[in-house]
Amino acid sequence: MAEEEKPQKEKKEKIPRQKMPEQDPQVRRRNFDEVPLGLSPELAQLEASRCLQCKDPRCVKGCPVEVDIPGFIKLVADGDYVGAIRKIWEKNALPAVCGRVCPQEIQCEGMCILGKKGESVGIGNLERFAADYQRLYGKPVLPPKADPTGKKVAVVGAGPSGLTVAGDLILKGHDVTVYEALHAPGGVLVYGIPEFRLPKEIVASECNYLERLGVKIITNAVIGRIETVDELFEQGFDAVFLGVGAGLPMFLNVPGENLIGIYSANEYLTRANLMKAYAFPEYDTPIVVGKNVVVFGAGNVAMDSARVAMRLGADRVRIVYRRSRAEMPAREAEIHHAEEEGIEFFLLTAPTKFIGDDKGRVTGVECLKMELGEPDASGRRRPVPIPGSEFQLECDLAVISVGAGANPLLTKTTPGLALNKWGYIVADPKTGKTTKKAVWAGGDIVTGSATVILAMGAGRIAANSIHDYLTMGW
Amino acid sequence: MFEIVAREEMAEGTVVSNWIRAPKIAQKARPGQFVILRANDTGERIPLTMADTDPDKGLINIIYQVVGKSTALFKTLQVGQGFQDVIGPLGQPTHVEKVGKVVCVGGGTGVAVLHPITRGLKQAGNHVFAVIGARNKDLLILEDRMRDASHELFVCTDDGSYGHHGFVTDMLKKILDENKDVGLAVCIGPVPMMKFCCKMTKEYNVKTLVSLNPIMVDGTGMCGCCRVTVGGERKFACVDGPEFDGHQVDFEELTARLQSYLEQEKQSYDIFKAK
Repeated sequence: MAEEEKPQKEKKEKIPRQKMPEQDPQVRRRNFDEVPLGLSPELAQLEASRCLQCKDPRCVKGCPVEVDIPGFIKLVADGDYVGAIRKIWEKNALPAVCGRVCPQEIQCEGMCILGKKGESVGIGNLERFAADYQRLYGKPVLPPKADPTGKKVAVVGAGPSGLTVAGDLILKGHDVTVYEALHAPGGVLVYGIPEFRLPKEIVASECNYLERLGVKIITNAVIGRIETVDELFEQGFDAVFLGVGAGLPMFLNVPGENLIGIYSANEYLTRANLMKAYAFPEYDTPIVVGKNVVVFGAGNVAMDSARVAMRLGADRVRIVYRRSRAEMPAREAEIHHAEEEGIEFFLLTAPTKFIGDDKGRVTGVECLKMELGEPDASGRRRPVPIPGSEFQLECDLAVISVGAGANPLLTKTTPGLALNKWGYIVADPKTGKTTKKAVWAGGDIVTGSATVILAMGAGRIAANSIHDYLTMGW
Repeated sequence: MFEIVAREEMAEGTVVSNWIRAPKIAQKARPGQFVILRANDTGERIPLTMADTDPDKGLINIIYQVVGKSTALFKTLQVGQGFQDVIGPLGQPTHVEKVGKVVCVGGGTGVAVLHPITRGLKQAGNHVFAVIGARNKDLLILEDRMRDASHELFVCTDDGSYGHHGFVTDMLKKILDENKDVGLAVCIGPVPMMKFCCKMTKEYNVKTLVSLNPIMVDGTGMCGCCRVTVGGERKFACVDGPEFDGHQVDFEELTARLQSYLEQEKQSYDIFKAK
């Protein structure tokens, strides 16, 4: 009898994964406030208490920058939130960002042992909690820095990879300058990911933390135009990291694509996020406000674009994707959020041409129905058009979100840098070293469009290699 | 901040010249390149081709016409104040080479963009005819600088208040008729002017460069807002241009795309004027 009762008792005491409160979908679909509201200290402690404190933690192996996850979670459980953030900062300079935008389900949380039979620990939510707590209530604390080495490093691009390199190398005692082409640092964190997923004040705060550590961030500096990489070396930099991202928009290449009201996702999101066009005319940058919006593509960027269009006041927002739901590259959580907010999905559908009025404005899009054929080179089943299945969708705003390529602006002006056939920089995956002496690269300009945390992981690898080079000469 | 060190109002106060301290840009800029400017934290990013540079003093010169909220806001900036952001040099420089005889045609504030190119073509050893035009005498800009930058200058006004009474295309036709060996034309100004110049030079089979002014956001090739169709292909004016072969440009599409935000532009300007 006693043997039977014991497991039952344990089951009763088992704490479920704490849910983070969210804005109601019917309310949030019309505002730009953050959707998840964050954990309270009580919920955070409760959630942290679920961690088993594994001796050989698998979650750490799932984190591209190897944050000491059980270590910081223990500190949260004990109520030492400042200690928790300092523990995270040892490995990650952008925790408020990572806690929000990492695909934890395939990284740290995907490896959590609790996830085998039940629900994994909410590592991302706890990371976010610690970072937010520090930002809102913490005293300005900084981690210890190594003695100055006298070595100078230039980082080109203030996106996730570049900021990680800067954060790592400044702690190791090097003199770090980050050059950013836009007027604000953050890369995709400021121009791409919308306010309701990642408030811009948080990005600014994390960049400010790096500046307090001693990183110099120079905005409005388009390397390749105002200065070349070779000129950076002439000015006395000992090493250069290139983290310029994959900022070249792809288009559909169908007739009518230059009609008014058709945007690349990069332009649409840059206007909305970086330029705050959602607050026009308080902010000066305008944006086309569509009633019938069609977004092409089904990645996270497409979900972001669709959700922005809904918040700007659309009646209908439709996502048109040429494959089926199973192939959609967006995170499940993002698709779910979009659906909750009333975004409609037109799957197995491909555009053939845009239709416009006499003023050159888009009024509709003609599409074809598709069916899935044999798997292609990428292993995904190739969409094949169904003849005679043409139909039209009403559309006064279209956002094209079918991927990004390598922007050649920097690489064209940097001799000695080997590129692959798509224009991405060739770099050793183990070190980030390029074919050019003392030049490293990482993030989307090496891999093509990927995730924030993968770019940060590439930054970490490059930072370690740069440190070896600067201190040991290799 | 990028400080304004000198300021001049031209053309009845509707056109403003600013010399801005931007040493690195001044050092690197070549004729034909542009900068993107943002006045303040709530401002938008506006592209303007540089009218001149002074690398020794670390200055760049922009000349703009007040046409809406942002340029009206720029106009309020006085010497000692400045722009929050100036980004550049952007775009491809003009390919300046010796071809023999060239004709440079400018209309309105396009003359400001044309000026350094004209000077460059003269320095490269070309014989340079220049034609500049405006609606009336008071709106004409940079006459003296264009006279210095060229060998022969022709001035036109739409209302005949100064120089030739008529459009710049009249003078362009005259020059092309009298000089069968003109090897290159450069035409910069409002889109209709460039379109008509190109129509004419095509009849004379004279290669023609135009500098396009589509709407831009970042100016570094990451958004495609400034896309134009040239020779049937999609080009980004900010990285592939702003100069293109005028005979290949789809001017109708450019004209339409420039109207994208007419309503919002008016709304924004009206609010600004009411303040």
